[in-house]
Amino acid sequence: MNTTTKPSGSGAQKMDVIVEAVTPLNDLVTRFDFKRANGEDFPTFSGGAHTVIEMQDGDRVRLNPYSLMSDPVQTASYSISVRRDDEGRGGSLFMHNHVKVGDRMRLSTPVNLFCLDLRAKKHIFVAGGIGITPFLGMIAQLERTQGRWELHYSGRSRALASYAEQLTRQHGSKVHIYFDDQSQTIDIDGLLSGQPLGSHLYVCGPAGMISWVLGRAADSAWPSDSVHSEEFLAPQSGEPFQVRLCQSDKTIEVGAHESLLEAIERAGVAAPYLCRGGACGQCETTVLEYDGEFQHRDHWLEDAEHASGKKIMPCVSRFVGKTLVLDR
Amino acid sequence: MSIQFNKETFRDDYSFHNSERAIKRFPFPFHEDSYMYAVNMEQHQGGPKDSVYEMRFDVDEHYVAEMQDRAQVLADDPLRCQSLPHMTLAGWDLLELIMVSKSEDYPEFFELQRDGLYWRWINKPLGIDDSFTFLDESTLPYGPMEYICRQTQGDFCVLDQRDEMLWMDAGMVTTQADWSLDFDIGMNFFEWHAPVPLAHEMGIFKRALKFLLNIQQGTPARRLNWTMTVNPLLDTSPENYHKWGIQKTSLTPENIGGKQFLRVELQTFFRLPRSNALVFPIRCYLIAFEDIVSVPKWGRRLHRVIRDLPVELATYKGFIDNRPMMLDYLSEYDDGLPTSPGVWPELDTEPSLQAV
Ligand code: HEM
Ligand code: FES
Repeated sequence: MNTTTKPSGSGAQKMDVIVEAVTPLNDLVTRFDFKRANGEDFPTFSGGAHTVIEMQDGDRVRLNPYSLMSDPVQTASYSISVRRDDEGRGGSLFMHNHVKVGDRMRLSTPVNLFCLDLRAKKHIFVAGGIGITPFLGMIAQLERTQGRWELHYSGRSRALASYAEQLTRQHGSKVHIYFDDQSQTIDIDGLLSGQPLGSHLYVCGPAGMISWVLGRAADSAWPSDSVHSEEFLAPQSGEPFQVRLCQSDKTIEVGAHESLLEAIERAGVAAPYLCRGGACGQCETTVLEYDGEFQHRDHWLEDAEHASGKKIMPCVSRFVGKTLVLDR
Repeated sequence: MSIQFNKETFRDDYSFHNSERAIKRFPFPFHEDSYMYAVNMEQHQGGPKDSVYEMRFDVDEHYVAEMQDRAQVLADDPLRCQSLPHMTLAGWDLLELIMVSKSEDYPEFFELQRDGLYWRWINKPLGIDDSFTFLDESTLPYGPMEYICRQTQGDFCVLDQRDEMLWMDAGMVTTQADWSLDFDIGMNFFEWHAPVPLAHEMGIFKRALKFLLNIQQGTPARRLNWTMTVNPLLDTSPENYHKWGIQKTSLTPENIGGKQFLRVELQTFFRLPRSNALVFPIRCYLIAFEDIVSVPKWGRRLHRVIRDLPVELATYKGFIDNRPMMLDYLSEYDDGLPTSPGVWPELDTEPSLQAV
């Protein structure tokens, strides 16, 4: 699951891993299984967690977060699914085109910013496309603890709906699949109205789908703290721009297809991060001077902070203009 | 390293005492000659050899006696241990974290054998040898959190993380500095911190919460907090204030050195893997004034910190009335010489006490 605004990974702990299997699931999605290079088990994790995978692409290091989709109790290996994004910045293409069995890579310890609310009487999952992956771990976890759940999963077509068949086979009537090419759509209002009190709703998929589901949930008066979502957006490409890093006394160029954070790292300057998706707050950086316009894309800073011109989240936000000086 | 466990009490005759080793490794909380609240958090990835920071869960000479005291508190008041229904998985997480850490860090005392979900736990100091099925509550004599907390020094708050907030949804709290789990259960981070003076206005809790929400598996953190206690009491709870509050008036210039204790909490923070909850162990260390001043640097510094502490803090920490008497005592150990930065005793390099 490439291209997420989603939080994950960690600037801290990394694990050396070996690619154990590469399994194409359909035209777009390939699954990767890893084992640890030191032969130990991986840490356990909770459903919905991710890892940040480090790709050595020539002399460039790419860091992309992906949901862990294996059963959290099976820690001999970790699995992720990567959707090829031909228009993206290249991380998913690198995974698809260059990574093969036996390769050594590095993964971060798991981070969860999309976790189950364990108070829920019932968990309702709504997935679109590759947004299915975090739910696979959640479902495995709930199956072990006898939790109540149901899944509504829409994919473009039978061929492209990864894991749909397997889920149906294993869990029968808890799983509802919808194919776009057969004009099947989720009856969201029916779904939202027929649920027991204390149910929680989780949505993961394209931005349009998330805002549609969240909007319907709000209109049907679902309490906002029983609705959870995770969005899939990558740091966006944009015009190149120049930045002065004051503490390190460097001026750097941010390329069209890299994020400000990546450019800072490329210059050899250590910068904090965790999610690389505008959600965790770790990369918050003070702006010392600017002449131009910010393109803020994070979910972290308040509107007033965006307007103030004093802060930027370099993992997802960009800048257009003459001068930008950062306290880094 | 082998530890001789003390036979001692934290009530009645108060036979609690610190050995020479325990004094030297005491987590003295002041790194400079003054003190104010701050977001004083750092990584909890070990520390100097034999310091209280070295292991994930420090076990010291007070272990057995503390566990006996805890059992007594729980027998008298079962509400000191509570876990809301959705926190059971976090309880198993905590049990696993402690068993794995202790068996790796103190193999001479603790042993964990695992065969899939079939586990055997041996705790030699407490004479426990139990086999059970991981994640199956019916195979343990208590719930998982209660089971392991009865065998681990320090209080435990287990916080559920939801909606960018931490909630006190489980815990075992028997050695607290005047706050109550039964009162705080179900509260959020800002609610249970409401009584603390000044820190809200300073923005400390807002920043601290952001930090805590981002603590990840494998990168635990820690901080110190401190207060004052008359007599070596572990259980200074609001529930029992009628028993211990009155003891504050028993302090005299003659008995203060042995009766007044500095109480330091080593607070750590771990992300729990299966539940994504956060566990907050609060480990309490006590040291008598007369033992602190045996370290010249600490004696000088404690005097200056207590003298200059803002009234709000001395009031909140409950020693404003006794402060003058404390200062009379401590001033005898402050010769005005400068102190070196940092918390360590520096016995070899710091000058001994000059005539005051
Ligand atoms: C999630 C973990 C935490 C829990 C469960 C917790 C719990 C508590 C409780 C129950 C109190 C007593 C309040 C009362 O008077 O009733 C307290 C006091 C306090 N807490 Fe926390 N706390 C946590 C984390 C932190 C952090 C990270 C900071 C960082 C600055 C902090 C700073 C303080 C301060 C300054 C006090 C006043 C202590 C004193 O002066 O003795 N707490 N905390
Ligand atoms: S790294 Fe998480 S917000 Fe930027």
